[in-house]
Amino acid sequence: MTDTPATPLKQTPLHARHRALGARMVPFGGWDMPVEYSGITAEHLAVRERAGLFDVSHMGQVEIAGADALAAVQRISCNDASTLRPGQAHYSGLLTPEGTFVDDLLVYCLRADHFLLVINASHIDEDVAHITAGIAGVGDAVAVNTSARYALLAVQGPRALEILQPLASVPLADIRYYWFATGEVAGVRATISRTGYTGEDGVEIFVPPQYADQVWQAIMAAGAPHGLLPCGLGARDTLRLEAAMRLHGNDIDTTTTPVEAGLGWIVGWKKTGFAGEAVLREQKAQGTARTLVGFEMQDRGIARHGYPIVANGAVVGHVTSGTQTPFLKKAIGMGYVPTSLAAPGTTLDVDIRGRLTKAVVVRLPFYKRT
Amino acid sequence: MAYPTTRKYTNDHEWIEWDGEIGAIGITDFAQQQLGDVVFLDLPAVGSQVVAGQTFGTIESVKAVSELYAPVSGEVVAVNDALKATPEAVNSAPHDSWMVRVRMTQPAELDALLDVAAYEALVR
Repeated sequence: MTDTPATPLKQTPLHARHRALGARMVPFGGWDMPVEYSGITAEHLAVRERAGLFDVSHMGQVEIAGADALAAVQRISCNDASTLRPGQAHYSGLLTPEGTFVDDLLVYCLRADHFLLVINASHIDEDVAHITAGIAGVGDAVAVNTSARYALLAVQGPRALEILQPLASVPLADIRYYWFATGEVAGVRATISRTGYTGEDGVEIFVPPQYADQVWQAIMAAGAPHGLLPCGLGARDTLRLEAAMRLHGNDIDTTTTPVEAGLGWIVGWKKTGFAGEAVLREQKAQGTARTLVGFEMQDRGIARHGYPIVANGAVVGHVTSGTQTPFLKKAIGMGYVPTSLAAPGTTLDVDIRGRLTKAVVVRLPFYKRT
Repeated sequence: MAYPTTRKYTNDHEWIEWDGEIGAIGITDFAQQQLGDVVFLDLPAVGSQVVAGQTFGTIESVKAVSELYAPVSGEVVAVNDALKATPEAVNSAPHDSWMVRVRMTQPAELDALLDVAAYEALVR
């Protein structure tokens, strides 16, 4: 018997293109998305060694505009947006009053009175409601869900800029890390952002949905001589894990805070009046009972999301992300453990389907580009 | 990829090739396609017993863990340790990548398995 989903899966503007490329499609956050084309390993290695092209149009966009837009962003986003200049972006969190993650996001300063927030696909409605409630009464600022106005492509890898430059109307090397520019890509008006979720250099490109396929095809053609591959969510997940970038829903969620997750650097400690502030300041001052750590398996075995982490025979936490990584060729993972067990070199066990398997805490990230 | 005509198959996508009472067991091309890139194999030790229809090990791709099901009952007489070091061979040559050899205790169990025509119909 098969259940008919209550809501049909959403499709990005590139859905037909993925099908034509023979991608394996899976449901993800309410979307029908490509998980792999040629294979996760080949795609992962293409990004580490050459370049990969990803459709991440499922990501959501919310814009906050008005004379009081900055004050509104400052209230709902934990990082300090007053440090952003037009053309600059940063990583941040959308937090509950308890300081836990409703979502993580990128905040783009389009103008002093206009911000673009990029949020996770599976939380768009929830985030919009949270943001709208959070900024109510902050002057004239309004939040609008503009997700349908953007397709989002990511070109990632050491050759990303070299591949894209002939298609771009602006000098890409001049865009600094976590800055963005507006221009044209393949003749299409685009916002080009030096950001990504792979641990490699590269850009993310916002284009109008009706031109997404035109831009995709142009990048595929320009990238072919360089060995660029279309890449799915499978490689996106293994790449981000090697780079120790947190995944909302796995490594961070409404039960964990930025301080516990090792993301204290995305909290604007110099500002006041933001969601979760009191809890976060106390955790920063007092320390936290648990901490997100990275680990490498010592014995043969792969830790997976949800597996218990064991120390001295007792369950002390759970694996939040884990896999065998294609580039480092190691079984790695992340999970929360008591802070007393968080020091690199600490030996732990992961309960892999009933078998205690040795792991050692290591410094994050697992992979850092040279 | 063609499915060898002299083997039998399970509904769980294992194959068995036998000579007398010794059967070699692996997974099919269809199974490796569904799994994606195989990165890990957990196989039983020589001397352990496997039971038809029960799990005898696990196979992991980058994305997920899957169980391996024994087509027949018997004692493990050989394990393909080389395959544990090169699990990607399961993707490139699934029908050459035997995992364990089993001395069958009930060879009549072979009769209950799918022949190549039935298996091809299953995965078509």
